[in-house]
Amino acid sequence: MSTTILKVQNISKQYRLGKIGTGTLSHDLNRWWHTVRGKEDPYLKIGEANDRSVKGNSQYVLALQDISFEVKQGEVLGIIGKNGAGKSTLLKILSRVTAPSTGTIKTRGRIASLLEVGTGFHPEMTGRENIYLNGAILGMTKKEIDTKLEEIIDFSGCERYIDTPVKRYSSGMTVRLAFAVAAHLEPEILVVDEVLAVGDAEFQKKAIGKMQDISKGEGRTVLFVSHNMAAVKSLCTRAVVIKNGMITFDGGVDDAIQFYLKESTVHTAIKEIKERKGSGIIKIIDVEVFGNSIGILPQTGQPFHIEFALSNPKGITSNQMRFDLRIDDHMGQRIAWMSDSVLPKQSFNTSQRVQFMIPKLNLNHGLYYVTTHISVNNEVSDWIQNAFSFEVTEGDYYGSGKKTPAEQSKTLLDYNVNYL
Amino acid sequence: MNKLKSEEWLFEISPKKSAFEINFKELWHYRDLLMLFVKRDIVTFYKQTVLGPIWFIIQPLLTSVIQFIIFSKIADIPSDGVPYFLFVLAGNILWFYFSDCLKAVSETFTANQNIFGKVYFPRIIMPLKVVVSNLVKFCIQFVFFIVVLIYYIYQGYDINPSLLVLITPVLLFMTAILAMGIGMLISSLTVKYRDLNFVVTFGISLFMYVTPIVYPTTLVLEKINPKYHILVYLNPLTGILDFFKYAFLGSGSINLAYLLYSLGIGLIVLLAGVLVFNRTEKSFIDVI
Repeated sequence: MSTTILKVQNISKQYRLGKIGTGTLSHDLNRWWHTVRGKEDPYLKIGEANDRSVKGNSQYVLALQDISFEVKQGEVLGIIGKNGAGKSTLLKILSRVTAPSTGTIKTRGRIASLLEVGTGFHPEMTGRENIYLNGAILGMTKKEIDTKLEEIIDFSGCERYIDTPVKRYSSGMTVRLAFAVAAHLEPEILVVDEVLAVGDAEFQKKAIGKMQDISKGEGRTVLFVSHNMAAVKSLCTRAVVIKNGMITFDGGVDDAIQFYLKESTVHTAIKEIKERKGSGIIKIIDVEVFGNSIGILPQTGQPFHIEFALSNPKGITSNQMRFDLRIDDHMGQRIAWMSDSVLPKQSFNTSQRVQFMIPKLNLNHGLYYVTTHISVNNEVSDWIQNAFSFEVTEGDYYGSGKKTPAEQSKTLLDYNVNYL
Repeated sequence: MNKLKSEEWLFEISPKKSAFEINFKELWHYRDLLMLFVKRDIVTFYKQTVLGPIWFIIQPLLTSVIQFIIFSKIADIPSDGVPYFLFVLAGNILWFYFSDCLKAVSETFTANQNIFGKVYFPRIIMPLKVVVSNLVKFCIQFVFFIVVLIYYIYQGYDINPSLLVLITPVLLFMTAILAMGIGMLISSLTVKYRDLNFVVTFGISLFMYVTPIVYPTTLVLEKINPKYHILVYLNPLTGILDFFKYAFLGSGSINLAYLLYSLGIGLIVLLAGVLVFNRTEKSFIDVI
């Protein structure tokens, strides 16, 4: 159980930005000249950290920088990070599609990735022929496929069409067949990307079930890459957080998720946040979260306010706009969603300030993250993921002097218990 | 658990690997993949066609007919005393094996970037697969050639196949390593510099004219100063083709030294091809 099955040491990966054209030949020659003389690559050291929002002044960038970690046999390792943090690059290196610029990876087992669904499928060949070809591409021998053929066909649910060319299949059937092959591959290390959202609901359930079997039942080592904190939490035993190409956290799943969320929530003023989507007709320029009145911390059971200041230069009225709020807990689980669109609208002001008010706050104590979404005439105007966070302090919700444990429930309901 | 002894790693991923290394054990593991790729190539070639595998024969047949009309009937090029059609057909089937392999191998990275970008398997499978599936194609054309040969012998032409036909596999092997070596060199370079794609297309058709297919080598030797005869044999295909035609048709002249030269060039080119290919396959996906 405690054997190290995968050892990643000081992996870095450098990419050249922009288009490859002028300058490549001269850089190549220069690089070649350096290698001939036994010197190191002159361009490798001028790479910069991989922060896509900051303009760099070098043409080279390090997508991964000094990544090191170890995975033990039977472990399910979650890899979390923002878009562009370097997760996919790491996966590509692990699945040997591309080589690292420096560093080594040592492994004791075959690595296969569920990214490769349907690779090499040929439309003119039958389902059965494609199972063999696809299986072989993924590293199975013909004998291995022979023994699993029935199982694969059964899992795919395409039995009736198995001797029909794949070009006659519906796209859903192709995906089912492809996933069935990949799922029956038996590598010692399986790499799963969250982009598993294929097929219909029934098949997705089957796919996720199979993944759980693989990781839990069969004791296989799994690397799981995802944005879905709930899935990471339920599947993984350990997690690493990648930021700008570097590992910033390595440890228990719960701690990793908390670390990731804290890190990805910007602490700068909301006005300064760059990562927002939408036309920007209306924008949030300031936010204040308070309890009973300004300056008082939110407390369970007390009145609660979130007040936004908006920049609204076009004078959009409140009946043209829609304001949604989502509150996630410190584990990234969705707790509540509020929107003015589900409430009767009272006024038609040209809005500069918006206030969300909960008369008796029914959130348990803890840290919460808020995602905001404003649309004007059904068009996204300002959408900020994890725009800000707030802390709720402990309070006496039921007036009994007792408290509901925060690990039991994030939200508090109004209820009675009657013995009859 | 026995196989998990400490410090016994299955494989290691690192920036560079030794230049000529081919992991034969791994290649053996993927042998089924090679055969399945070959099967895919052959089967999908004639799926949904009426004539099926006959298409493999039509290509050399029509080419030979046209060449027969132009080079024999119009230009009056001699053919060492054997029927010109048979002479040119023999040259064509071997030439097509060479040029088809070369063209397909030189497109290895550009044509397979999709699959290479998603999954790992020994990349050298792809050039190998080209050589093997073209071999199947060659065999079909070869059978056709033999049928035509027997027809001509039956008609009473003076054609003398010799025991040398037994070295045909060796000649094919030499053609294959030449095509594979040159193709792998080009494929690795086209990854970054697409210019070579254009060179290959018309380079192959130009190369055909310096290869004795539509004319016999003896004709060239007759026309040029004996001092320059060595130039004729610089083309490694000349020796192979001369042997092939001599073995089956009994025409022309052969010299073992030239054949050994072709073999030497073939091995050098193959080695260079593997070297460059190995360097390229590790990170071509970043630049393609």
